[in-house]
Parts: sequence; structure tokens; C-alpha cells
Amino acid sequence: MQIYLPIADMPVNIFLVFGMGIAVGFISGMFGIGGGFLMTPLLIFIGISPAVAVASVASHIAASSFTGAISYWRRRAVDIALAMMLLAAGIVGTAAGVALFTELRALDQLDLVIGISYVLLLTIVGALMVNESLHAIARARHGKSPMLRRPGSHTWLHGLPLKVRFKRSKIYVSAIPVWAIGFIIGFAGAILGIGGGFLLVPMLIYFLRVPTTTVIGTSMVLTLITMASATVMHAVTNHLVDAVLALILMIGGVIGAQLGVRTGQKIRSERLRLMLGLLVLAVGLRFTYELVVTPDDLFSIRRVENGL
Amino acid sequence: MKWIAAILVALACCAPAAAQERLVISLSNQRVAITSNFAGEHLVLFGTVQRGAGAPPRDRGYDIVVTVTGPKQTLRTRRKTRVLGVWVNVDSRDFVGVPGYLAVLSNRPVNEIADREILRRLQIGLDNFILRQHIGPDFADTVPDDPFRVAFVRLESERGLYAQDADAVTFLTPDVFRASIPLPSNVPTGDYNVDVKLFADGKMAAHTNTGLDVIKVGFEQYVADAARDYGLLYGTATMLMALMTGWIASVLFRRD
Repeated sequence: MQIYLPIADMPVNIFLVFGMGIAVGFISGMFGIGGGFLMTPLLIFIGISPAVAVASVASHIAASSFTGAISYWRRRAVDIALAMMLLAAGIVGTAAGVALFTELRALDQLDLVIGISYVLLLTIVGALMVNESLHAIARARHGKSPMLRRPGSHTWLHGLPLKVRFKRSKIYVSAIPVWAIGFIIGFAGAILGIGGGFLLVPMLIYFLRVPTTTVIGTSMVLTLITMASATVMHAVTNHLVDAVLALILMIGGVIGAQLGVRTGQKIRSERLRLMLGLLVLAVGLRFTYELVVTPDDLFSIRRVENGL
Repeated sequence: MKWIAAILVALACCAPAAAQERLVISLSNQRVAITSNFAGEHLVLFGTVQRGAGAPPRDRGYDIVVTVTGPKQTLRTRRKTRVLGVWVNVDSRDFVGVPGYLAVLSNRPVNEIADREILRRLQIGLDNFILRQHIGPDFADTVPDDPFRVAFVRLESERGLYAQDADAVTFLTPDVFRASIPLPSNVPTGDYNVDVKLFADGKMAAHTNTGLDVIKVGFEQYVADAARDYGLLYGTATMLMALMTGWIASVLFRRD
């Protein structure tokens, strides 16, 4: 069944888009990531222009992270204090990222910088997560504790001043690394156009030693706030949010997210980390392949919007 | 008395032209409405050749070329090049004010209808249609085999937006013809021009044109207008829709 999208100016198969919403929503709910790094390429693949895809995906992520956040909130698995501190740092990072973005665009090297940093980020983060979680699983096999938070496992990060206690996460850490992580997420988000959930989750686990249970819910609250505001900002500046596309995606997304949250809570945390690591690594390798292998068609057309 | 002479001269020069062939055309639909189930449409153009008293005998029959052009757009064609081992878009050319839809429909291949010089002058055929490029400080069309122009026409053809079809016009009688205009589902909205040229013995004998609107209607129109004119309200509404959907799902799925 085809439905015409009023902003994307093309018809799409309603069931295909709905299915994509469910699939990405499921992954989103399970791992606490937005899933924009999966959904945006999928939409571009079915022929929607990149600008409309990026703008409309934001509202889909807002919907699925909101439903996920409610579920985690009920399970008391959201650390709102941590989320707010990360958000404040993220806003500063976004401003810095937007400034660099403008600078790079003036130098005409944006495609190269975005392409390479995207690939490096995904591949490195994915490989590190796979490596760590495999070790954790191996430790569990040998009857040792698979938990990361072992006595005496504090790193130099825990020796920094300005300590803050995050009650829900049961951690007592310096505010400096928290601000640094928030800044990096906001910065990467502005440059690469990603929500940054797949970066945030591993950073919180590995650097701050936040328990996996509160990481996902906290990441979802952060994703919700950034993506809800991104929806409004895209609509105001570019007028490219396709509400019909967004609605189909978000209905699929929230169903998928609900199922994903349930599934995620049943899986042991080191397995969950391994799966997320494999997913991030796979997407990273996929992009690497695209960048390195000679493309079928060297040419592409893009509509120039308002003289940009 | 000079003006009477001028009128006589004018009549003398133009009277034979008026007495030659004249084209009368009619489009099946002058307004294509894009609704939520729009999946492309075929328009039909009917036309007849009215022969004036002064029309010479046309033993070899007539030829018709219909050129349909859509609203003007600026489209950037980019080419990937290998830089530091990775493929990235490096070169690009802007095609400025080119039609978002371009169909050249005829009853036989255009290069059989008239010679190259005439086709080029009348901009008939995808190779001869002027596609202005922004090259440095200048605006110009290039040779038809320019790599960017070739790629541009090829990509637009793959999307169904540019087409050249030598079978799309059929003569029902020697003087009555019918042309089928294919509008794919991704046609840009706006004003279209349908230009019809009549050829006889390798020369243009008459031409006429008509307009065509492709517009969004109803809900599609409403959404597109709201997105353009009320960005903040539209964005806030979309965001609230996202929150509502998320909340409803969490209520429906609540088991505990």
C-alpha cells in the first residue's frame, strides 16, 4: 500500500516504512540508543532525500526514546541528575560542533572529514565494546564476577576533584569526566548528525562505571530531550520534517521500542554489550566498505535548497 | 499613406503562413492533483492538424514533437573521487534553472524528423535542450558529451523525470494524433509547459503550447503549507505527536 509523503514529495510503501520503524525501535529500546545511525541510511536507501531523512528521523527517535524512557522510569532505572549534567555539557558541545561544522564547510572538506570520522568512531567504539564484553563473558564462564565494578578497579578518573554523588546510579565521581562526555556527545552530534547514544552508552559504562541497568534509561532521557528539540529546530530552520513519514515511523518505533525494552532487560548485561558492540562494528565496517570500494556510480544529484 | 502600405506588406508576408497548417491540441487533464494515493499518472494529449487553403501538399506526412517541461530547479551533480584512499564527493556542477521534469515525445526518432541544425536551434531532444550550468563565474550549457551533463541526464532519466520516447506520439489519422505523457510518482509540483511542434518535410510547419499544473491538494497541501509557513507550530506539533505516540504505547504495553 503506497502513501504519498507531502514533504519528501514521493510515495512510499507504508508497510515497509512501518517495518523499518519497528526494527529500529526494537534496537533502540534494547540498547538505549536513538538508532538514527541505522534509520537515516535506510531512508536514504529507499529514495528519500538526505535532508528530509535526517529531519524526520529526529521525531521518530523522540517517540521511541520517550516510550523507552517511561518504561525505564517505572523500573527506577533513570538517573535524572546524571542526565541533566550530561545535557548541560552536551549543549556546550553542540555549540562548539556547529561552529566547527561551519568552518569545515567553508573549507569544502566536510564530506571527507565526516566520512572518515564516522567510520573511525563506529569501528573503534564497536571493536572496543566487542573486546571488553567477550572478556567479561569469559570471566563469567570461569565463575568470576562479570561485573566491571570490582573493588580497587577505580581508574585515575575517579581521583579527580569536584566529586558528585549520583544516587540512582550508585556512583561517586568527579564532575569533570561527566562534563567531558556530555561535551563530546554534543560535539559529535552536531558534526555527524547523530544522537550519540551508541557513543554515550559505552562511555558511561567504561569511564564512569555506571551500572548497565541505569545507563540505558539515562541515555534515553538524554536522547529524548535532544531529539525533541532537534525536531522543532529542523522544522523551524529547514522546513523539511515530513510529519506523515514521521508518524508512520514513530508508530512502528514505539511498538518496537516497547518490545526491545522487555527483551533487553532479560538479557545479561555483558551479552547486551557484546550485541551492541557487534552492531556498531558492523555498521562501521559497512561504511568503511562504502568509502573504500569503487562505487557503482561516481555521480549523484542533489537538489540545491534555497541556494545552499 | 505609409501605414496602409505597412499593413499591406504585413498581410502579404503573414497571410500565407496563416493559411498553412495550424495545430489544435487538447490535454486530457490540465490539473494533476497529488493526493495521498498518488502513484504517477499518464496524461493524454490529443491534437489535430488543420490545413489552411495555402498549405502545400505534404506527401511524406507530418511529424509531431511534444516537449513537456516542469518547474525550474537548481540541481547539483556531484562526482566522487578517491582522496587518501576513500571515495568522497569532490567536484560538483550546479545545473541552474533546469526543468525538474523534461519529456521529449515524438512519433519517430527526432533525428529522423529534422536535421541536426534545426533540432539544435529549436532545442528538440534531450541532447539539444539547453541545460545551463554554473561554471565558475559563467552560466553556459556545455557540449552534449560533457561528463557532468551526461551523468545528469542519465540520473534524471533513471528517476523517470527526464525521458525521450520516439513511440509516445501516434497518428490516428494522417491529421489527428495522440501523445501519452508519463508523469512518474516523484514529479515535482508546479507549472508545466507542454510545447507541440509540427514538422513537415524536415521543417517546422506550426507550433503551439499549453499549460499544465501539478499540485498537491487536500491533506497533502495542508501539511506542505503548514511546514513552510508555520515552522515553529508545525515542529512543535510533530514533537507533541511523537510524545503522544510514545506515551500511548507505554500505556498499551503496561503489564505490571
